[in-house]
Amino acid sequence: MMKIMSDVDIEIFAQRIGVDLNTVDLDSIDLPPGYDSITVSDDEEELMMDESMEFESGLGNVIVVDNLPIVPPEKFDKLEGVIRKIYSQLGVLKDGGLWMPVNPQTKKTLGYCFIEYNSVKEAQSARESTNGYKLDKSHIFAVNMLDDFDKYLKVPDEWTPAELKPYVAGENLQKWLTDDKARDQFVIRAHTDTEVLWNDARKLKADPVYRRTFWTESFVLWSPIGTYLATVHRQGAAVWGGASSFNRLMRYAHPMVKLIDFSPGEKFLVTYSSDEPKGPRDTHKILLNIFDVRTGKLMRDFRGSADDFAIGTGGCGVASVSWPVFRWGGGKEDKYFARLGKNMISVYETKNFSVIDKKSIKVDNVMDFSWSPTDSILAAFVPEMGGGNQPAKVSLFQIPEKTEIRQKNLFSVSDCKMYWQNCGEYLAVRVDRYTKTKKSIYTGFEIFRLKERDIPIEVLELENKNDKIIAFSWEPKGNRFAIIHGDGPKPDISFYSMRTAQNTSRVSKLTTLKGKQANALFWSPTGRYIILAGLKGLNGQLEFFNVDELETMATGEHFMATDIEWDPTGRYVATSVTTAHEMENGFIIWAFNGKLLYRILKDNFYQFLWRPRPPSLLTSEKEEEIAKNLKKYSKKYEAEDQDVSLLLSEQDREKRKALHEEWSRWTKQWKQIVDEEKSHRQMLRDGEASDEEEEYEAKEVEVEEVIDVKEEVILGD
Amino acid sequence: MRPILLKGHERPLTFLKYNREGDLLFSCAKDNTPTVWFADNGERLGTYRGHNGAVWCCDVTRDSTRLITGCADTTAKIWNVQNGSLLYTFQFEAPVRAVEFSLGDKLAVITSDPFIEQVSAIHVKRIASDLSKQSADSVITLKGPQGRINRVVWGPLNKTIISAGEDAIIRMWDTETGKLLKESDKETGHQKTITSLSKSADGSHFITGSSDKSSKLWDTRTLTLMKTYKVEAPVNACAISPLLDHVVIGGGQEAMSVTTTGHRAGKFEAKFYHKILEEEIGGVKGHFGPINALAFNPDGRSFSSGGEDGYVRLHHFDSDYFNIKL
Repeated sequence: MMKIMSDVDIEIFAQRIGVDLNTVDLDSIDLPPGYDSITVSDDEEELMMDESMEFESGLGNVIVVDNLPIVPPEKFDKLEGVIRKIYSQLGVLKDGGLWMPVNPQTKKTLGYCFIEYNSVKEAQSARESTNGYKLDKSHIFAVNMLDDFDKYLKVPDEWTPAELKPYVAGENLQKWLTDDKARDQFVIRAHTDTEVLWNDARKLKADPVYRRTFWTESFVLWSPIGTYLATVHRQGAAVWGGASSFNRLMRYAHPMVKLIDFSPGEKFLVTYSSDEPKGPRDTHKILLNIFDVRTGKLMRDFRGSADDFAIGTGGCGVASVSWPVFRWGGGKEDKYFARLGKNMISVYETKNFSVIDKKSIKVDNVMDFSWSPTDSILAAFVPEMGGGNQPAKVSLFQIPEKTEIRQKNLFSVSDCKMYWQNCGEYLAVRVDRYTKTKKSIYTGFEIFRLKERDIPIEVLELENKNDKIIAFSWEPKGNRFAIIHGDGPKPDISFYSMRTAQNTSRVSKLTTLKGKQANALFWSPTGRYIILAGLKGLNGQLEFFNVDELETMATGEHFMATDIEWDPTGRYVATSVTTAHEMENGFIIWAFNGKLLYRILKDNFYQFLWRPRPPSLLTSEKEEEIAKNLKKYSKKYEAEDQDVSLLLSEQDREKRKALHEEWSRWTKQWKQIVDEEKSHRQMLRDGEASDEEEEYEAKEVEVEEVIDVKEEVILGD
Repeated sequence: MRPILLKGHERPLTFLKYNREGDLLFSCAKDNTPTVWFADNGERLGTYRGHNGAVWCCDVTRDSTRLITGCADTTAKIWNVQNGSLLYTFQFEAPVRAVEFSLGDKLAVITSDPFIEQVSAIHVKRIASDLSKQSADSVITLKGPQGRINRVVWGPLNKTIISAGEDAIIRMWDTETGKLLKESDKETGHQKTITSLSKSADGSHFITGSSDKSSKLWDTRTLTLMKTYKVEAPVNACAISPLLDHVVIGGGQEAMSVTTTGHRAGKFEAKFYHKILEEEIGGVKGHFGPINALAFNPDGRSFSSGGEDGYVRLHHFDSDYFNIKL
C-alpha cells in the first residue's frame, strides 16, 4: 500500500505550494505507474485484499504439453524439433521457451514439456488449438496452462461440506418509508461530502440522516425504487442502505468503473468501464458487467471495442457509447434488456442472460430504440435510406415474440425522438422533416395509442409549422402533454389532451400560453401541476402552473438554477444550482404550489437526488376514494401542522431571547471594562475628557476670508 | 432617500472613512488621489495630491486635523485635512496596505506588503505633535504572518494590535513587546483571505469579512468568535452600525470574473444583517461592480459604499429603517 495522504494534508500541502484545490481535478491527474491515487476511500484496503486473490503468477504465458512420447536421449533432438515446429506455428516462442525435462536416472524424457510464449494470448490460443492433437495413435496431446495446475492442485482432495452461516435477519431496507411524518429523503453531494437528509418541510429545514466524506469517487445514484444508494469507486460499485443508517450491503468488483445503472426493478446493476486506447493500433475497449444486486453475483459480462457498442447513436465514424448501453424493458419485473447493434436490436432475457431464441431482431439501419415503461414493447426508429427512396419508419415490436405489431412509414425525415408516457399508454414520436427545398426543418408529432385496439396513430402538427420544438413532456399518469415551441427568447407553451371535451379519443389543444421565458418542463409525478422553467441562460425563472384550472399558481426565481427535481410524492420540488455555474451553489425546496420553503447554500454543489419511493400499494379505486374525501383525511394533518408551527414559533422566540440575553451579557461586560479604562483613555488623549458624542457641541462659526480687494473708480454722472 | 452618487474617482474605490463628528467623508481609490467630501450632501471639498499609486487605506485624527494615507507607492503620508498640504512622508520598501491612528493619535500603525525580498510587516510609528520634528524610525516592527496584511487596528488602550490578511488568521499582538498574544481558531475562523476588518464604535468588538463568503464578529479583547454571517458572495467590506444592532456587509463576485456574468449574478449588494440574530434584514443595490468599501456615519443615520465601479454611494436612511422589527 502506498503512503496515504489524508485530505487535510493535501489541502495544507496545496496551500503551501499555492494550488487552489477547487481548480484541480484529481481524476485527471496521471500518476506515474506504481503510484496510487492520492485519495483513498475507506474501503479501499478491503477491496484490494479481495482482488489479490485473482492475481496471476506471471506465468500465464506458459503451457504444459502432456502425453508426449517417452524417448531416449538419442531421439530427444528429433522430438524437440517436432514440438518446436508444431508450436512455433501458433505463436512466437520465447528464447529457450521450450523445456523438456528428462529423468536423471534413465535419461529418458518424462513425456511432457513446457512451452513459454511471448504473450498470454498466444499461449491461450495454442492451448485451445492443440489440446487433443493426435501426434500418433497412442499420443494424444493434453495441453494445459501452467497456472491451471496451481489452481486445481489447491482444490482439496476430500469434499468438506460448506460451513453454513446461521441466518441473520437483514435490516428493513425500507424503514425510511415508515417515517411517522411521511417525509422524503434526498441525497446531496457538495465538495467532498455526501449527505442524506430528511426534507422536513414543516420545520422549514433539512434534517440530517447520514453524512460521509469521500463516500463516492464520482457520483451517487439511488436505485429506482429507493432501496439502495449506489456509490462508485475505483475498484467497483457498492450499494448502501439500512434501517437507521447507511451500511454497505454489497460490493461489485469492477476496476475503473465509470458508469452504473440499475434495472427498473432494481434486481440488476449494470457497470461500465472503458479503456482508452494505449497506442495508435490499440482499440477503445469496453467492459460491461451485469450483477445481481442482492447477491452480488456477476450474471454476465460483455466485452468489446467501443465501436461494437456505439452503433446507431452517433452515426458513423466517431465511437461514442451512449449510456445506458443496455435499456431495460418489461416494467418492474426486469425480464428483458436490449441493446442496439449493427442492423439489429439484441434483446436479452434475464432468465439465462442470453439473447431471446439466440437471435437478435433484425432491423436494417436501426438508429434508436426505446422500451415502453410498463410493457414489453419496443419501439425502433430507422432513418431514411437510399436518398429518400426508402422511407424512414417507426416500428413497435412485441417481446418476447419479436413480432412487429405496428409500423409507420415517414417521409423526408431528418430526425425522430420518442417520448413514452410513463404508464405506457401513449408514445409520441417527434418527427423533424425537411421542407421540399430541404433548406429548413419543421416538426410534427405522431402519437400512438398503445392501449387501444390496433394501436391507432394520430398526427399532430403545430399551428405554426415552422416553430422550433424546445421541449416536450407527458403528464405522468395522465393523458396530457405540454410542448414549448417557438423561436426567440420568449417561446409559447401549449397543452394538449389525448381526449376531447366529449371524451372521444382525439388529440385536442387545451391552451397556449404566449411568450413564456421557459426552456424546460417539469410535471409533478402525480400530474396536474407543472413547472415551466427557464433554466441556466434564462436566469432560473420558475412558473408553477395548474393544468386542471389552466392558471398560474405562483412564479418564483432561483437565479441561475441548473436542475429541478420533484420529490416522488409531488408535494415538494427542489431547484438547485450545481457547479455548472460558479456562484450561488446550493438548492431551494419549494412547495408544489410555488411557495419557497427553505434554501441551503453549499459551495461546490454537485448533485441533488430525491430518494425514489416504490409504487403505491393502494388500488386506483382506493386512491380515488381518498381524493374524494380529502377533507376528512386532511383535518388530522392540518391540526398537526398547526401544532408544529406553534412549537416552531415558540422555539424561535426562545432562541432569539437567548441570543439577546447572551449579547446583553457581553455588552454589560464591555461597558464595565470601558468604564474602568476611562481614566486611561483620558490620559492617552492628553486629558481630553469626552468619550461621548453628547458632550460635544456643534457650533456654527462663520469665517470671513478676504480673497481679493479691488478698488475701482466708478464715474458718476 | 435616494442615494447621493459621489463621482470623483476614476478608478475602483478601496476605502472609506468618516471623521469623528461624521461631517467629513474621506475616500481612497486606486486613482492616487484621496478625496474628502461633505458627508451630508456629498459635495466634494478637495483632494490630497501627491501619491503615485493606488491608495489602500486612510485614517483621520480625532480632531480632524490630520489625515494619514497608505499607498502602493510604498509611502504613508500625513496631510493637513483643512488645506490639503502634505505634512510628512513615511518611506517604506514595499507597498503600504493599512494604516490607523492610535487612541490619542500619538502613534500610527502601518502595514507593508510582501514585496520582492521583503516579507509583510506591521510598523508602529510615533507621530510627533510638531511634524517638522517627526522621525522616520519605527517604535516596533512586527513580522510573521504569511501574505498581505490587509487590515490592522489598535486594540483597547493601544495595548494590542490586531491584524488580519491573506492567511485568513486574525492575530493579536502586544504593542509593548511585539509578542504574538493570540490567534483566531483555524477551525471556526475564516477559511480564505480576510479582506476587511472594522471595529465597533466603542472598540469592544469588530467584524471581519472574507473571501470565504462570510463575515464574523469577534471580541476585541479575547478574540472569541461571537457571530457568523453567511452571504452569497465573497466579502470585500463590512461595518458595524454605531446606532442599531445591525451590520452591513458588501462584496460580490471577484472583479476579474464579473464580465462573464450578468450584473445580477454578481451580488453587488450591501446586505444588512441583524448583528445579534445573524438574520438578513435587507439589501441596498446600486453598484454595478463589487463593493470594496463600506462605512457607517458615526451617528448611524447614514452610510456610504464604494465600489469597483469607481462610485461612492452615500445613503441616508429613511425613517422606516429605524423601525425595522425582526
